[in-house]
Amino acid sequence: MTLLWIPLLTLLGVLVPVFTERYGRGVLSLATATLPAVALALTLLQIPTLLEGDIPRVSLAWLPELGLDLAFRLDGLSLLFALLILGIGLLIILYAAFYLSAEEASGRFFAYLMLFMTAMVGIVMADNLLLLWLFWELTSLSSFLLIGFWSHSSEARKGARMAMTVTGAGGLALLAGLLLLGDMVGSFDLGVVLESGDAIRADSRYPLMLVLVLLGAFTKSAQFPFQFWLPHAMSAPTPVSAYLHSATMVKAGIFLMARLHPAIGDTALWGWIVTLTGMATFLYGAWFALIKTDLKAILAFSTVSHLGLITVLLGVGSPMAILAALFHIINHATFKGSLFMSAGIIDHETGTRELSKLGGLRKAMPVTAVLVSLAAAAMAGVPLLNGFLSKEMFFTELLDTPLLGGLGWLLPTLATLGGILSVAYSLRLVHAVFFKPAKESPPKSPHEPPHLMRLPVELLVTVCVLVGIIPAVLATGLLDLATRAVLGEALEFHLAIWHGFNVPLLMSVLALAIGILVYAMHSHIRRLARQFAPVDARRSFEQGTQTLVAATQAITLRLENGSLQRYMSLLLGASLLLATLGLLDLPTLAGDKPSQPLDGVLILGAALLIFGAVGTAVTHRYRLISLLMLSVVGLLVSLTFARFSAPDLALTQLSVEVVTMILLMLALFFLPQKTPRESTAKRNIRDLLLAGSLGMVVASLNYAVLTRDMSSIAHFFMENSIPGGGGHNVVNVILVDFRGFDTLGEITVLALAGLAIFKLLNRLRLFMPHSDGEGRLWSPDRYPMILTSVSQALLPLALLVSAFIFLRGHNQPGGGFIAGLIAAVALILVYMARGVEWAQSRLDFQYQPVAIAGVAVATLTGLGSWAFGRPFLTSAFGHFHLPILGDFELATAMLFDLGVFLAVVGATLMILANLGKLTTPHRPSKEPATTTPGKEKKS
Amino acid sequence: MLDTALWISLTLVVAALALNVYRMVVGPDMPDRLLALDTMYVNSIALIVLLGLWLNTKDYFEAALLIAMLGFISTVAVCKYILRGDIIE
Repeated sequence: MTLLWIPLLTLLGVLVPVFTERYGRGVLSLATATLPAVALALTLLQIPTLLEGDIPRVSLAWLPELGLDLAFRLDGLSLLFALLILGIGLLIILYAAFYLSAEEASGRFFAYLMLFMTAMVGIVMADNLLLLWLFWELTSLSSFLLIGFWSHSSEARKGARMAMTVTGAGGLALLAGLLLLGDMVGSFDLGVVLESGDAIRADSRYPLMLVLVLLGAFTKSAQFPFQFWLPHAMSAPTPVSAYLHSATMVKAGIFLMARLHPAIGDTALWGWIVTLTGMATFLYGAWFALIKTDLKAILAFSTVSHLGLITVLLGVGSPMAILAALFHIINHATFKGSLFMSAGIIDHETGTRELSKLGGLRKAMPVTAVLVSLAAAAMAGVPLLNGFLSKEMFFTELLDTPLLGGLGWLLPTLATLGGILSVAYSLRLVHAVFFKPAKESPPKSPHEPPHLMRLPVELLVTVCVLVGIIPAVLATGLLDLATRAVLGEALEFHLAIWHGFNVPLLMSVLALAIGILVYAMHSHIRRLARQFAPVDARRSFEQGTQTLVAATQAITLRLENGSLQRYMSLLLGASLLLATLGLLDLPTLAGDKPSQPLDGVLILGAALLIFGAVGTAVTHRYRLISLLMLSVVGLLVSLTFARFSAPDLALTQLSVEVVTMILLMLALFFLPQKTPRESTAKRNIRDLLLAGSLGMVVASLNYAVLTRDMSSIAHFFMENSIPGGGGHNVVNVILVDFRGFDTLGEITVLALAGLAIFKLLNRLRLFMPHSDGEGRLWSPDRYPMILTSVSQALLPLALLVSAFIFLRGHNQPGGGFIAGLIAAVALILVYMARGVEWAQSRLDFQYQPVAIAGVAVATLTGLGSWAFGRPFLTSAFGHFHLPILGDFELATAMLFDLGVFLAVVGATLMILANLGKLTTPHRPSKEPATTTPGKEKKS
Repeated sequence: MLDTALWISLTLVVAALALNVYRMVVGPDMPDRLLALDTMYVNSIALIVLLGLWLNTKDYFEAALLIAMLGFISTVAVCKYILRGDIIE
C-alpha cells in the first residue's frame, strides 16, 4: 500500500498551496514541498526491495468491466523517473518561490505544479495501460494550465493552446493504440502486456498499433514533425519550462517508448520509424538551436535535439543503446534543468533573454557564469562531465547498429554532425551571455540572484560534474535497476570515462574541434539562415486551426440553422423513411389476430377525436380557440384510455390536462392573441404531405403490430409485479420499482426544470396588455365570490382525494404522480380564486425545498437498499398486522412514491405560482375608469 | 333490459358530446365555446360511469371523480382569462 501513497501524496499536495497561500510565500513553498518530499522518501525506501529483485506492485479494482485497475508498480524504470520527477520537482518549488513576483498567484501556480507532478508520477508508476493513459491526459491538461499561467499574455494563451492541441491529439492516437494493444493481449495489465511481446509482434494489427502508440509518444516528446509546439510553450514561466519542458513531461514520450519496448519494440518497423524520426529531430533541433537568438528558444530547440538523440537510441534498441538512452535521460534532466533555471535567473536579473542585448555578464554574475559554463559543457559533451559519457555511448551504438545495412555509415556521420552543432550552440550560449562584450546595456543592472534561488542550479550542476567524474559509483546502481526493468534481465556494463583510443572518441574530438570552428564562423551561418524565409509555426498552426474552426462552423450552421421546422422535417423524414422500409417488408398489413368488435360509440368517439385534432391545427392562428380544441382532444384521449382498460393513464391524462391548460393560459396572457399568417402555400403543402404521410405510416405500423401475436416484455412485468414488487397495480410497480431509476431521473429533471423556470422568471418584467383581443378593458372583479367559496370548499376535499389516490396507488389505479398533480391543481385553484398575496400568506413555505426534498426522499430510499447490501433502488415490502386496522402491507416503494409526490407538487407549484406571481408586483392596482378605492377594499 | 337501457344512454351521451363539439366549432362567441367545453366535461362523467356499468368494473369511477373535481378548473381558468387576462393575480 505504500506505493499507493506516492501518487496520493502528490495529489493531496494540490490542496496544500490553496490553503497555505495566505500565510506568505515562505510558508507556502515549504508546505507545498512537504508532501512531495515525503513521497520522495517513500520512493527511496522501496529501493532495498528492488535490489532484491522484487517489483513492488499494488492493484485495486476500479472499473474491472473496462479492464481499468488502480494499479501501480515501482520497477527500476519507474524508480528512475519517479526520482527525477520528485527530486527535480522539489528543486523547482524552491526556485519558483523566488522566481514568481510577489503579486502573482503563487498558490494557484503551485497547485497546478503539484497536479502536474501527480500526473507524471502516475504515468511512470502506472501498472495498467488505461490508467497510464489517464495520467497521460492529465499531464496534457495540467501543462496547459501551467503554460498558460500568465493568461494575460496572448503568447502564453496561444502557446498553451498549441501544446494542448498537439499533445491532446497525440493522446487520442495513443488511446486508440493502447486499446488495440490491450485487445491483442487480452488484458490491460502492464505485466501481462510486457510478457506477450512475441504474440504482439506476430499480430496482423501490429503496424497500425505501433504507429498509433508512437504518434502519442512523438507528440509528447516533441519529435519531428511535431516539434513545433515545444518552442512556443516557452512562453510559460521559466520554472515550468525547466520542469515540464526539459526534465519531465517531454520525457513522458521517451518513457512510454522505453516502457513498452519489451512488448512492441525490437522489430524492423520500430527501428526504422523511431531511429529516423529521432535522427531528424536531433539534427533539426540542433540547427535551430544554433540560429535562434532568444535564450529560452535556444534551450527549447536544444531540448528537442536531445530528445531526438534519446529516441534514436531507443530505436536502435540494443541493450547497450537502451542503457545509453536511460543514462542520457538522467544527464539531460540535470544539465538542461539547470540551464533553464539559469536562463530564468538571467532573465530575472537583466530583464531580457535576447542574446544581442546580453553580454559580459561574467563580471556581474561570476558564480552563475561558472555554473552555466559547466552545464553547457556537459550539454556539448566535454569530457569529465556527464553529457560526455552518454554521448560517447551514443556514438558507439550508432557505429554498431545493423540498421540501414550498406548505408550504415550514414547514422554515425549524422550523429557527428549533430554533435558538432551541439558544441557550437553550447559554446555560443556561454560566450554570448557571459564573455562577449555587451553591445548595449541590459534593461536592469545585473547582479547575482539570492543564494537560495541559485541553490537548485548548484545542486544539479554538482550532479553533472560528479557523475561525469565518478560515473561507476553514482549512476551504476540506478541504471542497473532501470535497464533490468526494460530488458527483463540484468545487463553487464561498466561506466567509465576512458575506453582507450577508439572511433567514438575520435568522433567526440571531431565534434568538439569542428564545433568550435563552426561557432567561429557563426556570422556566416546566420547570414545563410536568413536567406530562407522563416516558417512561423504559430502562424501556420493558427491558420490551420482557424480554417478547421470555420469549416466545422459552416457544417454546424448547415445542420443546425435554428429553424425548428427544419429539424422536425429532418427528423420526421428520416423516421418516415425507416418506417416505410419496415412496412414494405411485411407480406400483408393485417396479421392473424381477429379485430375487436366495433360499435357506434367507438366510431363516433374516434371521429370526435380526429375532428378535435384537425380543429386544433386548423384554428392555430386563433390561439384561445385552438387551445379549447386541444383540450377536447385531451378529454377524448383520456376517455379512450378509460374505454380500453387503462385507468392509470386516464387519471394521469386528466390531471395533466388541467395543469397544461392553466400553464398555457398563464403564458397566453403575455403573448399575442392571434398568430399572423406566415406560411406560404408551398410550405403548407410540403408540411401537409410530410405530416399526412407520417400519420398514415404510423397508423399502418400500429395496425400491423396490434393485429399480430408478439411477445413483449409486458409478460415479465405482469408475472413479477406481485412477487417482485409487492403491488397489484402493475403500472405503479413499474414506475416505482422495476423502472424506478427512470422515474428518479424524471423527477430530477422535473425539479431542475422547475428551478430553472423559477430562476428565469426572477425579476422578469413583461409587457402586459390592458385589454383583451377585441379591445375590451379587463373586468374589475378580481376575485369572484362564487369562485372563492368553491375553491376553499374544494381544497380539503381535493387533498383528501389526493391522499386516497396516493395511498392506494401500489395496488389500484393511482400513485404519487397523479396524487401530486391533484394536490397541485387544488392549490393552484386557491391562487386563482384568492390571488398570490392571500395564498402566499397562508401557504407559508417555499416550493423549491419541497421539490428538492422529493428528489432527496426518492434518492435516499434508493440508497437505503445499500445498507442491506442490495443494489440501488431494490424495494422491500412486507405484510403487517395491527389490532384494530387489520392486515396491511408496507413497501419501500411507498416512500419512493412519496418522493415522486413531493417532487411533482413542488415543481408544478414552483412553475405555476411563479408564472402567476410575475404580474403581481407591477400590475397597476388601479385600472382606468373602472375601479374606485371603495370597490378595491371590498374585493 | 339493462343492456338496452345502457345502449340508449350511451348513444344519447355520445350524441350530446358530438353536439358539444359542434357548438364549440361554431361559437359564435368565446363564452359559447367555453360552455361547450364545460358541458363536454360533464357529459364525459356520464360516459365514464356508463362505461363502468357496461364493462362491469369499478376501476373507472375515480376517473369520473377526477373529472367532476378538476374538470371545472380548466373552465375557471379560461373564464378568469377572458375576464381579467391574468388568471393568477
